[in-house]
Amino acid sequence: MSNLGWLATKPLFGLPLAELWFTLLFFIFGMFLFLDGFDFGVGILFATRDDDHEKEHLLAAIGPFWDGNEVWLVVFGGALFAAFPSVYANLFSRYYLLMFAILAGLGLRGLAPEMYEEREDDRWRTFWGYSFVIGSAVTPFLLGLFVMNWLVGATGLITPVGVLGGVTVLVLTVVDGAAFLGVKTRGALRGEMRTYGVQAAVGYLGVAISTLGAIYVTEPGLRSSFRSPLIVALVILTATLTGIYVVALRRRRYYAAFAATAALVFGLVGLVATLLFPFVDRTAGLTIREAIISTLPLNLMSIMASVLLPIVLVYFVVLYSAFSGPINIEETY
Amino acid sequence: MVDPVLASRLQFALTTIVHIIFPVMSMGLAPFLIYFTWKEVRTGQPVYEQLRRFWTRIFAVSFVVGTVTGLVLEFEFGTNFAAFSTTAGELFGGPLALEGMMAFMLEATFLGIFVFGRDRVSDWLYFLSSIAVGLGTWLSAVWILIANSWMQTPRGFEIVVENGQRIVKLTDPLAAYLNPRFSYMFIHMQNAAVESVALFMAGVAAYYVFRHHVWDYPIEHIDVWEKTLKIALVVLIITAPLQVIQGDEYARHVSETQPQKFAAMEAVWETDSYVPEYIVAFPTDVSDLLNPRTKDLFGIGIPGGASWLASGGNPQATIRGLDSFSTKAPPVAIVFWAFRIMVALGFWFILLAVWGVYRWWRGELFEDDLLHKALMASSLLGFVAVEVGWIVTEVGRQPWVIQGVMKTGAGVSPNLTGAEATFTLLGFVTGYLLLLGLYTYVVGRIIRSGPPSKDELTQSDSSRGLESEVTSGE
Repeated sequence: MSNLGWLATKPLFGLPLAELWFTLLFFIFGMFLFLDGFDFGVGILFATRDDDHEKEHLLAAIGPFWDGNEVWLVVFGGALFAAFPSVYANLFSRYYLLMFAILAGLGLRGLAPEMYEEREDDRWRTFWGYSFVIGSAVTPFLLGLFVMNWLVGATGLITPVGVLGGVTVLVLTVVDGAAFLGVKTRGALRGEMRTYGVQAAVGYLGVAISTLGAIYVTEPGLRSSFRSPLIVALVILTATLTGIYVVALRRRRYYAAFAATAALVFGLVGLVATLLFPFVDRTAGLTIREAIISTLPLNLMSIMASVLLPIVLVYFVVLYSAFSGPINIEETY
Repeated sequence: MVDPVLASRLQFALTTIVHIIFPVMSMGLAPFLIYFTWKEVRTGQPVYEQLRRFWTRIFAVSFVVGTVTGLVLEFEFGTNFAAFSTTAGELFGGPLALEGMMAFMLEATFLGIFVFGRDRVSDWLYFLSSIAVGLGTWLSAVWILIANSWMQTPRGFEIVVENGQRIVKLTDPLAAYLNPRFSYMFIHMQNAAVESVALFMAGVAAYYVFRHHVWDYPIEHIDVWEKTLKIALVVLIITAPLQVIQGDEYARHVSETQPQKFAAMEAVWETDSYVPEYIVAFPTDVSDLLNPRTKDLFGIGIPGGASWLASGGNPQATIRGLDSFSTKAPPVAIVFWAFRIMVALGFWFILLAVWGVYRWWRGELFEDDLLHKALMASSLLGFVAVEVGWIVTEVGRQPWVIQGVMKTGAGVSPNLTGAEATFTLLGFVTGYLLLLGLYTYVVGRIIRSGPPSKDELTQSDSSRGLESEVTSGE
């Protein structure tokens, strides 16, 4: 034993580290959903474009960002593995085919823009254009399905609430993508994105509330959680934020709309986390405290994460500052 | 239906075999890209911008495909090896999480700037981005190899039984993460990546140099390719000998810490002294040709060679045979031949490097068509050496997933059905063949289109950035 023994005896500063890691995990997932969410949204909105020039605009808008955004999912997987290894193992093996479907969707989405730019002929671009749209639409739907299965502890792959959850996330990415394109584009394209954004936001509020209702009806085990004031507050917050988003877009305040999207995403993630608490894997009957790793690695990971994640946020600030403002098609792709 | 254990093992093998190509490409290219960017920023010579832009395109494609295949790898520990993940997660999950936070994030964000942002940021920040990207790729290797080397030489833990499950508990993080194997593995892997990319660069450059100088078929940017060939040779003459010298020490370390793997590498069944180093060995009975564990071998070798290697100079040294272990031997023939191919390639690369540097010194580098052909033929052999090297490492340690602690078969997800596993395995075989085909096709196109022409460069026309080449390459 080296001189790190003091780290093995009690949690750092007596903090509730298990609960903090549960929160951190959902924060990381929220970062992924917000950031890669607009990439998915842009991919879905790509389907509405006929003009080659506009398609180039959409691809250029996410070009420098999507890879970094997707890494939040890598970090989510890693953090889940590191902090709750049994949950990582149970969840991923239980929803085996779903996981691989998500990976295939992400692969298609990642590959498609890169391939699209590789050649200029029509057939090639049509094929990769469709792949881009399909990958961008299928992935958030399946992610929503996965998270909902995880939350309610579904034993099958496809459940009615799961499908509703999938649609909720899918629509949310369109809300996200439209606001992002509001920031990144100009002219007629921007006007159309505004319209799509407003429609998607109204739709989002509808499906999100339907999903909550469906959970309440079909999952008696979760009903007591609905009385939590936090749930009520998050539902009200979601409705308010949807309103803010719509008003912001109508008044052409694109940055405000984009910020409202971020809050909407974290509102949704907060709802899931609150409903799941104090479990971290309901099917396996594992609570947060039961599934957390032992004190020594937990303390070490906590120190590392609290140093590294703020630095990571700085990388993102540098990246987004370097490419701030509207896209200049002349200089990208 | 394939048995879920076998299907999971095959699927994981396929995933890693395909995935490793892309990190090798990015880790190997990273130091070159930093150098090109530095020279471009400092000297403003167009050739460095051409080099940087050309190789960045290949880096970017490799990074995307590497992300796609790497994410699969990270998830497969959970999907297919849930029992392993539950048992070892406390120790094994940490490095994967840290790889994401510390390395992958750095690489992915600054790659955005490095690929798209030449005109958006200052020279200084641009050069810094190249370093951040390179550092990111290498830090990834640190964490991934910490995780892997711990499975080879596990340290710093104890086994506790919780709810009827054996759980690895971390007791000494420094001993676990800086385990005895880590430094050998890290040096061997990183040097292999740089060497492989140097070979690849030399092969591509030789193709153009050959066409220009030998076939008199004028190539537009021949100065770029001449420079590439020289830079690649300089890197090759350093990395190729280092790989073999360090590899020898690595093999000795394996013989001390994983004697069963070493015995498989040398096909030693009975414990013996004065063991020969077989150059080749074949089953004496033809019916055993497809049996990787046959014991009756006819070999041609150097007397006492294996003993000499294992002990570092004593041909009389004893080597423990596979029969003396209580566990089933790994498929010996695979390990034996993979090791021989790797070593043979290692020596061939030294020969190539010496040959090339000698011609260069004589001023005949661009005239020796046989050298050009040899370099072209060897352009992908570095990657082959990496693949067979990993086969020695991973097949050689079977049946263990964690050496001496947990067997691979015991690590597979208990609920996984044969149908699910077979379905995804088939999906992987199809998907990864397509992916490899696509990657080869795209990299081939990039190579054929060559570097951007001089009048497209930032220096001569500041309104055009790096990406204009993506479309003008058509």
